[in-house]
Amino acid sequence: MELMELLGLYNYWAFAVVLMTGLYAVITKGNLIKKLLGLSIFQSAVFLLYITMDKVDGGTAPIIQEGVPDQIYSNPLPQVLILTAIVVGISTTALGLAIVVRIKESYGTIEEHEIQILDRDS
Amino acid sequence: MDSAIDVLSWILLALGGGFVFVGGLGALRLPNFYTRMHAASLTDSMASILILVGIMLQAGWSLAAIKLLAILAFLLLTGPTASYALANSALLSGLKPGNSADESTEN
Amino acid sequence: MVILFAVFLLTLLVLTAVAIVRTENLFVAVMLTGIFSLLMAANFFVLDAADVALTEAAIGAGITTVLFLGALALTAEHEKSVSSGRWLSMGVVIVTTLVLIYATFDKPRLGDPQAPVHLHVAPWYLEQTPEIIGIPNVVTAVLGSFRGYDTLGEVFVVFTACIGVLFILSGRRGRHLPSNGMASSSTDQGLRHHLIPRVVGRLLIPFIVLFGFYVQFHGEYGPGGGFQAGAIVAAGIILYALLEGETQALKAVPRPALMGMIIGGAMLYGAVGIAGIALGGNFLDYSVLADNPVTGQQIGILLIELGVGIAVCGALLSIFHAFAAREPS
Repeated sequence: MELMELLGLYNYWAFAVVLMTGLYAVITKGNLIKKLLGLSIFQSAVFLLYITMDKVDGGTAPIIQEGVPDQIYSNPLPQVLILTAIVVGISTTALGLAIVVRIKESYGTIEEHEIQILDRDS
Repeated sequence: MDSAIDVLSWILLALGGGFVFVGGLGALRLPNFYTRMHAASLTDSMASILILVGIMLQAGWSLAAIKLLAILAFLLLTGPTASYALANSALLSGLKPGNSADESTEN
Repeated sequence: MVILFAVFLLTLLVLTAVAIVRTENLFVAVMLTGIFSLLMAANFFVLDAADVALTEAAIGAGITTVLFLGALALTAEHEKSVSSGRWLSMGVVIVTTLVLIYATFDKPRLGDPQAPVHLHVAPWYLEQTPEIIGIPNVVTAVLGSFRGYDTLGEVFVVFTACIGVLFILSGRRGRHLPSNGMASSSTDQGLRHHLIPRVVGRLLIPFIVLFGFYVQFHGEYGPGGGFQAGAIVAAGIILYALLEGETQALKAVPRPALMGMIIGGAMLYGAVGIAGIALGGNFLDYSVLADNPVTGQQIGILLIELGVGIAVCGALLSIFHAFAAREPS
């Protein structure tokens, strides 16, 4: 089933493109908040990769249903990892935003090249 | 009887999808802010009613139908409120309705 | 058929990600990030991950948008475009994308039951959860009991991030506190001029908090658990803060109560672990908490999920108040 295989690979290609989009935002954009947005896109792409790996053909969410004997369940293990990772991701994003707010108050700008110029002059 | 319910729910879902499309088209193509809000609020109310009633018909008389009814009630409460809040904020901050076109960007 | 739907959602995801990076107006970028999180939650649901979809929708689409908007209000709204070095980084990014796409051809087919990830530990968890722990939601069982240490570490990470934000953003609080109780800035007044959102919001907040409690205590029987519940209850109280003004919200849930929630949640988790030692088992061994080991596991999971929910709710609220109370420079 060549078409089904290609459709299955589409998940991984979407992951690759979103990952690199986030990375491009982090390394190219000068605005600090745009960098943080790119970082959160990068994290979400990694979550997509892990959750793609947990699907089983004909499976359902891993909640055990009484009375249905031969139910196939999807893999619960990547879901546990990603549940933790989402909360840790927002914690680090919040901390990063707090630092950006303080940088704005100290330097008056949140553009990276202007901050470097101010640092070099002072 | 079953196929009648199926056909009815298909019609409702297709109509709901059509309203979503019309709302999206209006939000993109209409000239200024208030007309776009008018189009976007279409999806909040009409399309959500049609789509959720269509899915409720598929669910039959079960707990899922009651949950869908609750979701419909909350969507009907919050969607038009959000549209109102947006339009009211725009009015309070000075954007006057009635200009034929304004310089809104396509970001 | 579901595959086509998933392909459509993934394409929208990629387009939204590209739009976030390309737009120059940061407010638009934050709104698009909310859409991105909701699309991601829909994708997770199509891939059978119900718990993760709930968490991503509650935390990603809800709390992250509010935090970014709070930070935007204190900093700039437009970015200035950079002109140097773009082609080099674009080249690096494209080459890495092609290498990644080439690597994906070796991956197991989507949904293959014989893929290595499904063969070692996961079937053991799926078989042993009804016997050892006895709750239907396997994800909560693994999160709470089999992998309890990871969750303990994560509660401490949330705690540390909250303390870090409070350290960084609490310097100038004295200047902003109004001396005679009069609201001094527009954030203090909330949405006083908007009657309809206030009425509808006040109608909805009890239901939001009730739904948060439902998600908390039903985490063992369906998708749910501590993290989602903490985020939902925090979102309800943040809605109250947005509508009535931040000083009102601080009167409703004052800062010592928030501190108590964060510390209490983390310590409840640790206390359950130490109770395991005190009753003769190992750290975080729930089987000794009751006469029947299965009941002990269930009690243990209930208590630690409660601790996680309280800690996450308190942390998210404290972070929101730290951003909202800061005067723009």
